[in-house]
Amino acid sequence: MTTHRTPGAQLSEYLLRLGDSTLILAQQLCGWCGHAPTLEEDVALSNVALDLLGQSRLWLDYAGSQMTPRQSEDQLAYQRDAEQFRNVLLVEQPNGNFADTQVRQFLFDSWHCLLLRELSRSSDAQVSAIASKARKEVAYHLQRSSEWVVRLGDGTARSHAYAQQALAHCADHVHELFAMDGLDQAMLHAGIGADLAALKPEWFSYVQQVLAAARLSYPQNPLNLDAGKRGQHGEHLVGLLMEMQYLARSNPGAQW
Amino acid sequence: MSEPVEGREAAFQQRIERGEKIESQDWMPEGYRKALVRQISQHAHSEYVGMLPEGFWLTRAPSLHRKCVLLAKVQDEAGHAQYLYSALESLGVERDTVYQELLAGRAKYLNIFNYPALSWADVGMIGWLTDGAAIVNQVPLSRSSYGPYARAMVRICQEESFHHRQGFDLVHRLVEGTARQRQMAQDALDRWWWPTLMVFGPPDEHSPHSRQSMQWGIKLYSNDTLRQKFIDQTVPQIHHLGLRVPDADLRLNEASGHYEIGPIDWVEFQRVIQGEGPCNRERISSRQRSWEQGAWVREAAACHADKASTAAALAGDEHAQ
Amino acid sequence: MPNNWKTWEVFVRSQNGIAHRHIGSVQASDADMALRYARDVYTRRDAFVSLWLVASEHLISSAGQDQSAWFETAHDKGYRQATFYPVPDGVQNL
Repeated sequence: MTTHRTPGAQLSEYLLRLGDSTLILAQQLCGWCGHAPTLEEDVALSNVALDLLGQSRLWLDYAGSQMTPRQSEDQLAYQRDAEQFRNVLLVEQPNGNFADTQVRQFLFDSWHCLLLRELSRSSDAQVSAIASKARKEVAYHLQRSSEWVVRLGDGTARSHAYAQQALAHCADHVHELFAMDGLDQAMLHAGIGADLAALKPEWFSYVQQVLAAARLSYPQNPLNLDAGKRGQHGEHLVGLLMEMQYLARSNPGAQW
Repeated sequence: MSEPVEGREAAFQQRIERGEKIESQDWMPEGYRKALVRQISQHAHSEYVGMLPEGFWLTRAPSLHRKCVLLAKVQDEAGHAQYLYSALESLGVERDTVYQELLAGRAKYLNIFNYPALSWADVGMIGWLTDGAAIVNQVPLSRSSYGPYARAMVRICQEESFHHRQGFDLVHRLVEGTARQRQMAQDALDRWWWPTLMVFGPPDEHSPHSRQSMQWGIKLYSNDTLRQKFIDQTVPQIHHLGLRVPDADLRLNEASGHYEIGPIDWVEFQRVIQGEGPCNRERISSRQRSWEQGAWVREAAACHADKASTAAALAGDEHAQ
Repeated sequence: MPNNWKTWEVFVRSQNGIAHRHIGSVQASDADMALRYARDVYTRRDAFVSLWLVASEHLISSAGQDQSAWFETAHDKGYRQATFYPVPDGVQNL
């Protein structure tokens, strides 16, 4: 999967990045269902997870349609190992406490929103259609997570400390969101993909604005980890996939 | 001005018998209010605790489609709990107050959620059997004499029918699948059949609150009537799927048209109600843990709201000057 | 709950041309949160075009007033209803 000789293989690899990032984040949010701070928040977080899961299915289905032999969304979600996943590292960071989850969500949503705006203008009609649909959902997610970051940052001393810690941890995985590797460049030149690097100033200005309201500060010297898109992941993803995939894998050929 | 209580109670009973709805601002006998609080809070707690056995499978669902369906379903249960706690608030009962009763282990909720969901087929059984039983129980409650409860039940029942169908669909897929999947379905049915029949509560002669609740129109059919209705509608579905009802005594009474079942183990029912079911402690401690872990979040939100309103007030003052 | 978490009453409009109707309530610590929760809890299936919320403590209600003094007095003013007036046979469009 490292060489992208045909346009179809490049496209499917690119789509996996989108499908895997949304899938892993949705899977993580499933872990909150029934355990959120209030009943209303249970419902709200599940809505976000359902949106992301729906988006993931569209991206994976499209990715699979570009592969030979054709792969189904379930084959892609359930039959690949960690090193075949192409999600960004940010989404595989553990749920942690509520601040860890909301800060992760906020950094992701703020990027995701801009990315989908760009992809909605893609020359590939299907990419454009999926992105346009997803964009509406993600606009809502971003408003929600932004509000939570402000509440937690500008809440009690404890919640402020948790939010700042979460930010310190998540910021190490932000670089990857805007890093343009060979595949990103190729997809940009093909008119299909987005210029991620170009989005960073706009992203950072929005994030700074929310963080100011939250009395939080963006970490000074975050690490520049960026291997997720190439399939180099952390331990947590391995455990997450074991839980997600074991039932499907222990019943080969079964339909559910 | 105020009439004697007996006169008011008689007038109240006449309103119920005329089919009038009671709304929160209306006078109601203390017993009626208490019975409603008991019924609605048990129902709300059942939805909230009921998220746990299925919620466990959200991260383990074997296909993305099933994951979506299950997430939407478990989310609905949070929604149902939310509607029901809201209906309780119309009776002047704070959500927190009744919820603390649950966390303290003093409140009742449906016994069936004290059984574990051990395989993927259990997720199907909970939807098909438990929610099927819930529908039989709850459809009449959409006509409850208490307006806010009846309205919540209308919405809940519409959503429960999706739960019921998706459960049947899940099991249907299993019985059409591999031998291992069929076995999974049969095992789950064997474990969930009897606890589901107990969902309807003790037999009529041992149901302490039933008669009065029926008079007040907050319970419309007896436990045994509803249980029979559930059995009659579900046994043919089980047969359709080619599964076996785990009851050697089960037979169709041709004359009455009803299925007759073997004896229900009411000793076990009582044992689980008294807190000795396989998961009673686990369920309550899971709810406690989530509640405690959320405490600082609720505090933070409250603190932020305070700061924001103070800031707004100060800005208002400055503007006025 | 910390004491400034409030209950908010939720009203929904299902389509333009139809009035908002009460659908339930949510608990939230601020107005933005209340509005979002109302959307998340009550619009999962049905499409609505608008939500109104009011903090329950700000809802003014006739509850507690004497029902008969407030509402039953309208019953005996039959002359306010069109059906009070007989229409002679043969008269149309009245």
